[in-house]
Amino acid sequence: MPKITSAAELEALRKEIASKRDPDTPSIAVCAGAGCLGQGNDRVIRAFEEEIKKQSLAEKVALRATGCHGFCDRGPNVVIYPDEICYMEVTPEDVPEIVQETVLGKKVVDRLIYTDPGTEEKAAHLSDVPFYKKQVRNLIGANTRIDPQSLEDYLAIDGYAALSKALFEMGPEEVLEEIKKANLRGRGGGGFPAGLKWETARNAPGEEKYVIVNGHEGEPGAFMDRALFTGNPHCVLEGLIIGAYAIGSHQGFIYTRHDSPQLIQNIETALAKAREYGLLGDDILGSGFDFDVEVHFDVGIFVSGESSALMRSIEGKNPEPRPKYIRTSVSGIWNRPSNLNNVETWANVAQIINRGADWYAGIGTDRSKGTKLLSLSGAIRNTGVVEVPFGTTLREIVYDIGGGIRDGKKLKAVHFGGPMGGSVPERFLDTPLDFDEMSKIGAPIGAGGMLVLDEDTNMVELTRFYLNFLTNESCGKCVPCREGIRQMLKIVTRIRQGEGRSGDIELLEEIAEVMGAASLCSLGKTAADPLKGTLRYFRDEYEANIAE
Amino acid sequence: MDNEKVDTLLEECQGKAGSLIRVLMEIQHEMQWLPREVLVKVSERLEVPFSQVLQVATFYKTFRLEPPGRHEVHVCMGTSCHVRGSQRILDKVSDVLGIKPGETDSQSRFTLVEGNCLGACTLGPEMIIDGDHHSRVAPAHVEEILKKYD
Repeated sequence: MPKITSAAELEALRKEIASKRDPDTPSIAVCAGAGCLGQGNDRVIRAFEEEIKKQSLAEKVALRATGCHGFCDRGPNVVIYPDEICYMEVTPEDVPEIVQETVLGKKVVDRLIYTDPGTEEKAAHLSDVPFYKKQVRNLIGANTRIDPQSLEDYLAIDGYAALSKALFEMGPEEVLEEIKKANLRGRGGGGFPAGLKWETARNAPGEEKYVIVNGHEGEPGAFMDRALFTGNPHCVLEGLIIGAYAIGSHQGFIYTRHDSPQLIQNIETALAKAREYGLLGDDILGSGFDFDVEVHFDVGIFVSGESSALMRSIEGKNPEPRPKYIRTSVSGIWNRPSNLNNVETWANVAQIINRGADWYAGIGTDRSKGTKLLSLSGAIRNTGVVEVPFGTTLREIVYDIGGGIRDGKKLKAVHFGGPMGGSVPERFLDTPLDFDEMSKIGAPIGAGGMLVLDEDTNMVELTRFYLNFLTNESCGKCVPCREGIRQMLKIVTRIRQGEGRSGDIELLEEIAEVMGAASLCSLGKTAADPLKGTLRYFRDEYEANIAE
Repeated sequence: MDNEKVDTLLEECQGKAGSLIRVLMEIQHEMQWLPREVLVKVSERLEVPFSQVLQVATFYKTFRLEPPGRHEVHVCMGTSCHVRGSQRILDKVSDVLGIKPGETDSQSRFTLVEGNCLGACTLGPEMIIDGDHHSRVAPAHVEEILKKYD
């Protein structure tokens, strides 16, 4: 493929791809996400390949191993287009029947579609399944329609149109203004306005500037970034290139997990393809803008997801954070302006440029715009990746989308934000998903890990679990964090064992306060948050284990 | 210690101190651990002081300075697996194999690891052996599963 050297050439290529594709051609999307992989989707994919070969259908049917569809609980998931028939818990033995009946015969195989466990109601189309119905899948929705390794697939769904628009119809300032106007807030945990961060990096002195994708996702129970990045790497990359253009950066970094082979492969393939087509490298699309990307890996410590620690890691050093009196957007990697955003934040950029800030700002609440990806897990019936507009209530997520609590149990609490987050009891279920509202009740959204807890959960044990996790994940550089977490763990463990002493709760509160004030980075500053939250709402569980 | 792939990799990274972590990661993916003599080579080729190589190799939890057993048993210690009872699975594996997390048995058959969350939370509690997922495991299944690996 020769490099594309103008906006017109890109559109011509897009037309050519579309002309070769008949929208009525049946296509089979088999989920190749992490959850389905563990449920044997590789065997399902092989069975489809064999069946297509056996019936000589290669010319008439498209088969795609796609990114995560979302509904992990019912994997392996298969969606058949053009009618978007959604099959669940598919086994290799079901494959010949699916090909015969649905792909060729346009009929639904009743036993493979979703049946509501309560009402026995059935749903054949993806958009009718209750899990998907209440979602607004602006980002993750493309996963079922593309092969993550195919740039042509991405171009076929209007991929890189936003990049072309940014480069040829807008200037860097205009792109920046659009992002600011859309009020895109960082999805990695802080909720800081991305446009302001970009502006700081853009205005920071220095020729050399960097842009970074934080794809670390080290929080246990969070898997939405992986699902998006593995399933649609070009979408993240397109956002990154647009951001680089707005900021004036020519070098990007992707920082991601080392333990997910599919993710690494899809990212590397996306970068190679983008270079081949002239979407990365020198003179992108003939615009004169140069930009390229390097991939770096986290090798197993949670703190390296923290921005300044992550930047140390990219330099090849240990991930020790530094105090942030100078922002990393002014002085980051090798002390140069470095703008870091999370996977999901970057993924939002292309749609804002394509459809405009006004459209984007029409989704969500007053101060939280757009949609949010969540990893729904724990004692919930429908574990999976969920995307909802801000403003959706927790109740809707737990019951309408999540299908309620497993094994007929009662809901006790919902926990957001993993080891640095907080739990809130059932009475807060009508709170809307919103950065500020959720922080107010003590369960900041964080990156979007949403853990549902049932009546059997011991909240002291949950706190002990998170503290134990963090003792192993703190870098150890600053004393309040390193020693504070250890001491809190010791005390909480003793309370958990029923050996709490009088004064323990007060001591815990004191340590938590010191850590919050004196730790270097957000890991230490917020390590006590699960403890503070459980003390706020479930104090009796601590008190019951303390001897008078 | 001869390994062509490792040598080629080091060749490519000659003098590039910034690629230290990636080099160590790729060596470990290739050899499953980081022998000391390889670390010496890394230090020489990348022109990074040996003390700094060791600092990085001992800091990040993924890096291993001792050879693992033939099979790696990860018991997922993520939150979702935890609330579904992964501690009981870990205890059971530990009991059956007679080793603690982080250890390798005397026949070098298994290494037991407290695994990071791999994001397949719906499968919890899960055990991952050599990359194969064993999902929704109960303590009673553990012996049967381990038997399949010799």
